[in-house]
Amino acid sequence: MSYIANTPGQQAAMLQKIGKASIADLFESVPEPVRLDRLLKLPPSLSEVELTALAKKLAGQNRHPGELACFMGAGAYDHFIPAVVDSLASRGEFVTAYTPYQAEASQGSLQVFFEFQTLICQLTGMEVANASLYEAGSGVAEAVMMAMAATNRTGPVLVAGTVHPQYLETLRTYTANLEPEIRELPCPAGYLDPAHLNAAVNDSTPCVVVQHPNFDGSLEEIEELARISRAKGALFVQVFDPVSLGLLKGPGELGADIAVAEGQGLGSPMSFGGPYLGLMACREALVRKLPGRLVGQTVDRTGKRCWVLALQTREQHIRREKATSNICTNQGLYAIRASIHLAALGPAGLRETAQHCLDKSHHLLRLLMEKKVGALAFERPFFKEFRFRLADEMPGAALCVDQLVGNGFLAGVPHPANPRDLLIAVTESRTLEEIEGLANALAALKGSAGRGA
Amino acid sequence: MENNQSTGLLFEIAKPGRRCHTLPPSGVPSATLDACFTRQAPPPLPEVAELDLVRHFTNLSARNMAIDCNFYPLGSCTMKYNPKRHERLVGLPGLATLHPLQPDQTTQGMLAILYETQAMLAEIAGLHACSLQPAAGAQGELSALLVAAAYFRHRGENRTRVLVPDSAHGTNPASAAIAGFDSVTIKSGEDGLVDLADLESKLDERTAVFMITNPNTLGLFDHQILEITLKVHDKGGLVYLDGANMNAILGITRPGDFGADMMHYNVHKTFTGPHGAGGPGSGPIAVRDMLEPFLPSPVVTRDPDGTFRLKHDRPLSIGRVRSFFGNVGVLVRGWLYLRTLGPDGVRQVSEQAVLNANYLLALLKDHIEVPKGKGCMHEFVASAKALRREKRVSAMDIAKRLLDKGYHSPTVYFPLVVAEALMIEPTETESQETLDQFAATLISVLGEDPAVLHESPHELSISRPDEVAATKQPVLRWKSA
Ligand SMILES: Cc1ncc(COP(=O)(O)O)c(C=O)c1O
Repeated sequence: MSYIANTPGQQAAMLQKIGKASIADLFESVPEPVRLDRLLKLPPSLSEVELTALAKKLAGQNRHPGELACFMGAGAYDHFIPAVVDSLASRGEFVTAYTPYQAEASQGSLQVFFEFQTLICQLTGMEVANASLYEAGSGVAEAVMMAMAATNRTGPVLVAGTVHPQYLETLRTYTANLEPEIRELPCPAGYLDPAHLNAAVNDSTPCVVVQHPNFDGSLEEIEELARISRAKGALFVQVFDPVSLGLLKGPGELGADIAVAEGQGLGSPMSFGGPYLGLMACREALVRKLPGRLVGQTVDRTGKRCWVLALQTREQHIRREKATSNICTNQGLYAIRASIHLAALGPAGLRETAQHCLDKSHHLLRLLMEKKVGALAFERPFFKEFRFRLADEMPGAALCVDQLVGNGFLAGVPHPANPRDLLIAVTESRTLEEIEGLANALAALKGSAGRGA
Repeated sequence: MENNQSTGLLFEIAKPGRRCHTLPPSGVPSATLDACFTRQAPPPLPEVAELDLVRHFTNLSARNMAIDCNFYPLGSCTMKYNPKRHERLVGLPGLATLHPLQPDQTTQGMLAILYETQAMLAEIAGLHACSLQPAAGAQGELSALLVAAAYFRHRGENRTRVLVPDSAHGTNPASAAIAGFDSVTIKSGEDGLVDLADLESKLDERTAVFMITNPNTLGLFDHQILEITLKVHDKGGLVYLDGANMNAILGITRPGDFGADMMHYNVHKTFTGPHGAGGPGSGPIAVRDMLEPFLPSPVVTRDPDGTFRLKHDRPLSIGRVRSFFGNVGVLVRGWLYLRTLGPDGVRQVSEQAVLNANYLLALLKDHIEVPKGKGCMHEFVASAKALRREKRVSAMDIAKRLLDKGYHSPTVYFPLVVAEALMIEPTETESQETLDQFAATLISVLGEDPAVLHESPHELSISRPDEVAATKQPVLRWKSA
């Protein structure tokens, strides 16, 4: 089965028109010695009926947040996705279109991307947003490369030790062969101490990268950090959580020059890690260094308002090795999903969602403390996720997570820096019953495995 | 019928006080944060009613051309049919809702799919190992070049240059720059293939990688490929295959067999991950055995007892190029597609893609110049150079007029080595009838009054946007009046 429309009779007629005797003759330019003289070793072809059965069987071998209450986060969250998002974003006219190179044939996607850029500006308080990057990790790397190009500074890039370790690792991979050193600023108290940043930043620093809420879920002294960075002329890069902006001050208000985020929480299923949505916004003055596609408003030849890809001279297909980035295909459909999602929530829905996250996460912490399961690893304010240090009589974090799958919970993410710490996220999707259930189930593990990782 | 209902900008159809999504009471006590962290008012997002929202996006979608509605011969993009069964199955809760950091024992079904995908992509490549992590073709290129850099560093070799043909996609030199290499351009010869003399003159012990797209962006298989890969290997360099054009050679020949050491796939082209109006993609890379230790982490491994694992502990790995595993939703579609095709079907894809392209070429070549058009693989590049000279009709004019006729245009002005380029890729899923109708339409367009072409399209909602203004005074977001 390969979705071929042409019948054998048509194929013969087409070959005749071409003037070839056989299909094999069409491949004459492939040298004989490298032609494959066997079939590929692949599993046999399946009908839709068999394929469906196989996919269901394998999907059934997974335990998943459709049946388990998910308290895992660390950059991917079980936020509720309204039906309008799935329904509208699954339209073939969006799903099976290419990048909007031909403006007249793509006004639908172009207008949505223009709306997306506007929504991200409204959300963040920043002046310009692009039409998406892959996800947050490479987004952080792009932000740092952008800051280097914009400042022409070659000193160490300063990154708070509380940034998501996978984003930091991605940044290191991207910049492995480039000029700047990536310097991680230790955060022994679970947040970046402004005094520490003040001592580290100087006028050769291209940028400072801080995540707020940080990897542990805690809030940073973000305004102070931004002020210190900018006083030294270093660009301030804030990694943010879009859902948090229902309550928290946005990167624009806080003084960020570049804002980057994982946009998964805006309508993307968790899907084992992707596709997600890289968000990037910046100040107007930096727009010509911004990576990725931008949609601009203009008029057509009759004066009608319309939309096109703008500032393409930044991009690889024109600038080649001098481009601001190598990105081409981005996450278009997931930007469309986020646009529908944000429009469906609106300001009140976003605020309500954020308030639920705040209230429910704090309630779970309260219950866990009451039951003496442990305590916050660091006493910091947090939004929807917290780093919880398990009491001595509790098993290690990984064991807790493994154990509680049987009780119907994905209890959290074992913290990569300490086997006693569990990173617990509570979104608006969690019910009071699930929250109480997790607290009880964790409490019941006390003493079960003794201390250990 | 023109339907403009609810198609103003979202911000123009909004009204304060409208709601769409609401939540039940939280049932828990309310918490607060210190005022220094919180905002006065929520972000000024639009407030829309659900029906207006639905009409807005539905009616906007109708302003797109798409494979589901139109023949879309956009060269280099492989706009083949995207099977509906994939969309249904990828949405199974046991796949779509998985958290990326769940314990391996809770994701055995997903890991089995990804493991098999790695193995199938390695077999199709004729290479040893595969990383599914890169998010798109360009990120695959970057990942592989970083692998090459790490490999040479490990061997104590200082190689600083990446050679890129002038017909290559812009992502190739852009990726080379990020990976820390100087990119050096290799000329194409008269025949549109790699100019061997130019390659030879630029190949030396500074060469880390030669990036080749084969079939190349002219739709030609470079028959010198064994000579080329031999020359690069002789100087100790590696050969990278840009796999954007794999739709031409699946099961016909394998990159590993013709000397490539690494390559990327575009799952969103060759293996039908839908393009989604610009993404998501997925750009897995396959590499030869000596490069395997350097691949991004994690990879999926299988224990002797059949248990699958995400393996993170790989000391020579370049590390991550993104967070989490990869664009899994796209990879699962690729897996579903390959399981549907089987070994015969995979080969048929390329046979029929090449048959369709050659048939279309045969229908068109007496009507428009196809500079290297004796034959082709899965696509060919026509040139409107003569028309431009004789009638002032450009490739863009032709492209725009085709839109009037209900066809998406070919890729225009790429590759850069052909003047007034129209790059045409029909793909295997189109019928002879569609190709006949398209050819007849294109031929009639070529004969039309230039004045009609200059002002086309005439039948779409807009025509010839002012792109210069959009770049000179960019308006990149809506602002309230
Ligand atoms: C020949 C070629 N190479 C590389 C790419 C880059 O792939 P992607 O857009 O998936 O990053 C493309 C596609 O646009 C291409 O056509």
